[in-house]
Amino acid sequence: MLAPGFADPVHDAQAAFRAVMDALARPGRIRPLDPGLTPPLPLTPELAAVALALIDADTPVWLDAALAAAPDVAAYLRFHTGAPLTDDPARAAFALVREPARCPPLGRFAPGTPAYPDTSTTLVLALDTIAPGAGLHLTGPGIAGSARMALTPLPPGFVGQLAENRAAFPLGIDLILTAPGQVAGLPRSTIVTEA
Amino acid sequence: MTTNPRDPESGGDGAARRAVMALCAEASRTDLEAALSALDSPASADLRPPETGLVMATGRIGGDGRPFNLGEVSVTRAAIRLADGPAGFAYHLGRDRTKARLAAILDALWQDPARRARVEAALEPAARRVEASRAQAARRTAATRVDFLTLARGED
Amino acid sequence: MYVAVKGGEAAIDNAHRLLAETRRGDPSVPELSVAQIRAQMALLVDRVMTEGSLYDPDLAALALKQARGDVVEAVFLVRAYRTTLPRFGASVPLETGAMAVERRISATFKDLPGGQVLGPTFDYTHRLIDFALAAEGEVEPAAEAEPRADAGICPRVTDLLAQDGLIEPSPPDDGAPAGDLTREPVDYPADRALRLQALARGDEGFILSLGYATQRGYGRTHPFVGEIRVGEVAVEFVPEELGFAVPLGRVRLTECQMVNQFKGSRAAPPQFTRGYGLSFGQCERKAMAMALVDRALRAEELGEPVASPAQDQEFVLSHCDSLQATGFVEHLKLPHYVDFQAELELVRRLRAEFEQASESVEMQEAAE
Repeated sequence: MLAPGFADPVHDAQAAFRAVMDALARPGRIRPLDPGLTPPLPLTPELAAVALALIDADTPVWLDAALAAAPDVAAYLRFHTGAPLTDDPARAAFALVREPARCPPLGRFAPGTPAYPDTSTTLVLALDTIAPGAGLHLTGPGIAGSARMALTPLPPGFVGQLAENRAAFPLGIDLILTAPGQVAGLPRSTIVTEA
Repeated sequence: MTTNPRDPESGGDGAARRAVMALCAEASRTDLEAALSALDSPASADLRPPETGLVMATGRIGGDGRPFNLGEVSVTRAAIRLADGPAGFAYHLGRDRTKARLAAILDALWQDPARRARVEAALEPAARRVEASRAQAARRTAATRVDFLTLARGED
Repeated sequence: MYVAVKGGEAAIDNAHRLLAETRRGDPSVPELSVAQIRAQMALLVDRVMTEGSLYDPDLAALALKQARGDVVEAVFLVRAYRTTLPRFGASVPLETGAMAVERRISATFKDLPGGQVLGPTFDYTHRLIDFALAAEGEVEPAAEAEPRADAGICPRVTDLLAQDGLIEPSPPDDGAPAGDLTREPVDYPADRALRLQALARGDEGFILSLGYATQRGYGRTHPFVGEIRVGEVAVEFVPEELGFAVPLGRVRLTECQMVNQFKGSRAAPPQFTRGYGLSFGQCERKAMAMALVDRALRAEELGEPVASPAQDQEFVLSHCDSLQATGFVEHLKLPHYVDFQAELELVRRLRAEFEQASESVEMQEAAE
């Protein structure tokens, strides 16, 4: 039974796009994202909104184990976005991660190429919480001074992986972070430390 | 473009469904409105609002070789779900969203074996019209086929 | 360097209003309808679809009305509209072998299965202007005849030659998707599929002239029309959610197979080589020219020297798109005031220097 997509495809997709764009432009600032979607579990409404707004027939998608285990999720994404699914994280334009604690090492995804750094994978994580003012320390483009963001759950060694990712700039992956009703961004240009 | 391979529609049923889809694509909006009004269709909800987009038409080099991208065709698609039944789909050339939605409803109705015969009967007039126009085109084309006469060389 | 110029808004608004009125013309003359353009200027519509690279006859007809009949302007409108639509995917490759033939001719063989079928063509008209057309009148209905038993069974002429190995086969389909120059910019050398895409959407006049040039010796390929066929072909598409090929309807296409100079080597006996052209609608001249240029651009592949423009793929592909061409040519109308001021000053200074130089020569000569 196929669940419906955006009620108003044009405006809802634009709103989701705008929220993601603002989140990536100002890392550390958390944007509201309330798409009014009821996608098949375990896909979250926020993951679905980002997928419907950004993914299409030209962008191969990698699903983590939790999402890949539910055939309805693949059917929903194929129907609404036409996206081809891939098993290989290194060939994915987008990676949808329902269980961030089990996220594969960032190095396994596509880092882009020197001629086309933008062809890297964009990871979209479904976190339990994103809280401002505490947790990881962020500096870099788009951040006035510094910012703090607490994310749960995270995989072990995440900050170390982000440091490696940052060192590869301009190559590297970008992260779209979602939580219930929220979206935040960690582009490859942000420097992330524990304290 | 890669597509995810799925089980193709099984033989007879699949071919018949495609034939009805082809007829709806060829028919006019008025044809489909007439067909639907002859059937008592339950309410239908949009699975995805009808939308117009593009399909890249691919030719083959030499007519039978490796594909190349010829140019896009405008296509309108609709997906509905009947209140009491299956999902119906339609994909047509052109930009007529209303027509695509009507065809999607007919597709959903057709998939119900109990309703199938009535749907096909309701589409009969459209089928006859399409067939008649094809036959006429074929006859007109046939009149322009060259009949080479071999001039007899005679002893005059 | 472009100068931002203000103050033209009122003039521009008025220019648009004048354009709309001029487009309409004398109100006592009946207005052209899109349906009339679509049906009665069909070949123009076909050309706009082919070069606009979008098969939608009503849209092309509307674009022509809006563009006051200017083909490149209409192509511009169609291409711009196309950018607003999402792409669902690629069709199943079109099967021209299964075409419902409206016209099918061959210059290489007289007798063919399926026959020589003339269809609606200007080829045998005497090109005398028909003043009777100026008075709208009834048109005689077309003649009809019973289709022969083998009507519609039109095997390819190239297949007939291939049976005896006389002609090279088409490059095989290895399953890899074709490149798309609307997604990635062209990188040279471009493969044949990408070249055909560029030629298909290229300007008919430019490609016609290049094809003509090859016939006059600028990259001669010794062509024969193996076959031209015009007719409707079914288009199918496999949607992700259905997983089977859905018939979308039928499009009219023109296909041209050129049979060209044969080629052999020490290792292989000679075979005819081929050129291929395909267009939307009944764009026959375009399909033929495209096939001539397709063959010419294969010069390197076939070990022929690249000596003339039609064989130079960078020259052909960079310049065949009418929109790109008109974009750069027509941009010259934009204000270039500052650039030109610089030119004016330079030329005045050089003239002053020239005058001084010739004055001093004169004075010297006078002194002598």
